[in-house]
Amino acid sequence: MLGKLSWAAIPFDQPIPMIASLMVMLTISAVLVLVTWKGWWHYLWSEWITSVDHKRIGVMYVLLALVMLVRGFIDAIMMRSQLALAAGGAQGYLPPEHYNQIFSAHGTIMIFFVAMTFMVGLMNFVVPLQLGIRDVAFPVLNSVSFWLTAAGVLLVNMSLVIGEFARTGWLVYPPLSELAYSPGVGVDYYLWALQISGVGTLLSGINLTTTILKLRAPGMGYMKMPIFCWTALASNLLIVAAFPILTATFAMLLLDRYLGFHFFTNEAGGNAMMYINLIWAWGHPEVYILILPAFGVFSEVIATFSGKPLFGYRSMVIATMAICVLSFMVWLHHFFTMGAGADINGFFGIMTMIIAVPTGVKVFNWLFTLYGGRLRFDAPVYWALGFMVTFVVGGMTGVLLAIPPADFVLHNSLFLVAHFHNVIIGGVLFGAFAGYTFWFPKAFGFKLDERIGKAIFWCWFIGFYLAFMPLYMLGLMGATRRMQHYDVAGWQPLMLVALLGAIIILAGIVLTGVQLVVSIRTREQRRDLTGDPWDGRTLEWSTSSPPPAWNFAILPSVSGIDAHWEAKANHKSSVQDGPDPKSIAVPRNSPIGFVLAFFAVITGFALIWHIWWMAIAGLMGVLMTVLAHAWRVEDEVEYPVGGEMPRAVI
Amino acid sequence: MSASAPTLAEIREIPLSERGPAPRNVVVSFGFWLFLLSDIVIFAAMFAAFAVLSHETAGGPSGDDLFDRNRVLLETAILLASSFTCGLMSLAVEQRRLSLVIVWGLVTFLLGATFVGMELSEFHGMIMNGAGPDRSAFLSAFFTLVGTHGLHVTAGLFWLLVMFAQVLTLGFRPMVLRRLRCFSLFWHALDIVWIGVFTIVYLGAH
Repeated sequence: MLGKLSWAAIPFDQPIPMIASLMVMLTISAVLVLVTWKGWWHYLWSEWITSVDHKRIGVMYVLLALVMLVRGFIDAIMMRSQLALAAGGAQGYLPPEHYNQIFSAHGTIMIFFVAMTFMVGLMNFVVPLQLGIRDVAFPVLNSVSFWLTAAGVLLVNMSLVIGEFARTGWLVYPPLSELAYSPGVGVDYYLWALQISGVGTLLSGINLTTTILKLRAPGMGYMKMPIFCWTALASNLLIVAAFPILTATFAMLLLDRYLGFHFFTNEAGGNAMMYINLIWAWGHPEVYILILPAFGVFSEVIATFSGKPLFGYRSMVIATMAICVLSFMVWLHHFFTMGAGADINGFFGIMTMIIAVPTGVKVFNWLFTLYGGRLRFDAPVYWALGFMVTFVVGGMTGVLLAIPPADFVLHNSLFLVAHFHNVIIGGVLFGAFAGYTFWFPKAFGFKLDERIGKAIFWCWFIGFYLAFMPLYMLGLMGATRRMQHYDVAGWQPLMLVALLGAIIILAGIVLTGVQLVVSIRTREQRRDLTGDPWDGRTLEWSTSSPPPAWNFAILPSVSGIDAHWEAKANHKSSVQDGPDPKSIAVPRNSPIGFVLAFFAVITGFALIWHIWWMAIAGLMGVLMTVLAHAWRVEDEVEYPVGGEMPRAVI
Repeated sequence: MSASAPTLAEIREIPLSERGPAPRNVVVSFGFWLFLLSDIVIFAAMFAAFAVLSHETAGGPSGDDLFDRNRVLLETAILLASSFTCGLMSLAVEQRRLSLVIVWGLVTFLLGATFVGMELSEFHGMIMNGAGPDRSAFLSAFFTLVGTHGLHVTAGLFWLLVMFAQVLTLGFRPMVLRRLRCFSLFWHALDIVWIGVFTIVYLGAH
């Protein structure tokens, strides 16, 4: 009746997961009680959960990413403290099978549910505003995408309480992840959570690509699009082209595990290396899916705060699209040690070095944008400057790893771990925080606290260097990744420094929460009444903060890059001209995203635990929901302009 | 911008990329094209897996032992015919002729269902003869690739039934017309994938 599920699935005997899950459940119950007590359910349901407004969905994505950042970081600091303790003969406080789950969960969560979710959230919020349009191409689908991502998040977190998570690393390489060696539900949690959220990501990619290519304000030709929209376009094209590979690969592994297929097994002709190839054919483009929007954020931030147009806009566009194409030609550098031979390794090594060229073009463009500008040192600029230094270091260690003979020495060492954290923290995460600080006033109508914002930056910046520079050294000394303890006592001092770095980053994360609370409590002093708090350049700054549900009463007409800046320079009050319309149609709210995600969680949970009747029920639920939606005839509501709007203002 | 509405000639002066947001039906078709492309990438991954594993019979039967090419040729003909009748259905939709839409839709449905039926009986025969997907990596890749295509056709059949119900209850309103258009794109795309399956999997069997 309940498949593999029984009381034994709940780890009563393991204090750490029990305390963690207890904390999570207490927090969730506290939030639910608060919402009920304050009578916010109706507001939450009608203004957020069923909202199809791209701005609301973007905000929810970012919120989800911030919450998951905490979860992923707890995993990180547990690993760092374990390794600070487990030197010489010591075993630390985490047993191997638990430690293995932690590093697997950390990677999975940080890539899929923090970096990815954060970037998709920023793109959702910003792209339609920068394009000068009212919403994305498919607003209801957008809500479905978000809620499917949330469904994946829920499944990953359920594994904390019920059952276990994968112990196989964040990309679940076979044959270890095959049923013969991972008979538990951990890998199934991983696979179903990512299949469900992967569908959400794919739909979001289709949605934003269509939006950028088909819906732009009148006059906005391709070479007049803001640079963030170009990077978002490249990123979403990569999602459309790469995520199906992930879906297909996971489907094959699922067939191996559930129906005894032999794609990647050791027996009957299966080929585990094919999995590694397929997963990185998705995985390397994924790296650029994450970093390209961050490049876009930095381009906008640097141009805005230098008070200058972006240097080399054309070369920036070309570099972005070159990276977009080249990102599909370097996947093999993740496993030079496969033994494909010198020719193949040589080709991929050279391609990897070539992809550094457009990235270098970008760095020089940013430098030349800064040059001669009147740089204002607001918090987003701190992130941008910190990024430029840190990312160049990370990029250079990447080029070093692109040399196959060097890679044979450094493969799967802590040097590699330091490298990819160097580019992901120094690139993606700094970009996410720059964007968060930069567009927060647009989303909520008031600025975040500037001093705390800078403190957060310094925590991350110093914390990052302390946490990861030692790992470069340890990697060169021979320390491998994914080790639960080590014999060489001489490594311990560097491990302690790394832990100190993680603690400083912790302070940055705590301060992010403090900044939010302080800024909300003092929001009246920090209101942005102009809609243009940073003296911005692009169209999102030409509407009010927060923008109305329709963004622009009249679609702006655009004649060049930096449309809002030009309008200001020409002393036009706004890029919008002509009389306001009497009423505007905006997409009607829909609960379909939430309902679909509900059934997706049920289906996923049932499949993980082999509860077949429940899986069928869940799938029928999905089907019925889609059918019910297919007969929804009215998908828009008319808003009278100038009347009172049901907007949420904190 | 002038206050009066621009004339057609004035609009033609503007480059296509600068004319502002595209109309709804263009946006929907474009989005669906992107979806189809992503779907074809799924098939591409499965074709790649098949190419890698097609020799890995693990001592079991090879494609040459298993496939009845005449039968698959007939399957192919039936699927291609269904694409033709789907085209006729689209023409009837353009003319808003309800009875013709239903007739050609039903013919398309029957041809598609026959295709799926033939495929299922082929699978059934193979599994009964001990050549199921768990026999070898080659058969795993075969069942996954061909089965995924069959699953798509089955989903298309279900979609077609839903479209009958939509046309009958909602009439030819823009929303329904857009969906009919997407359906025909989907159906033709499955044909293209099948051409690949027929050529690489069945004709290429060794």
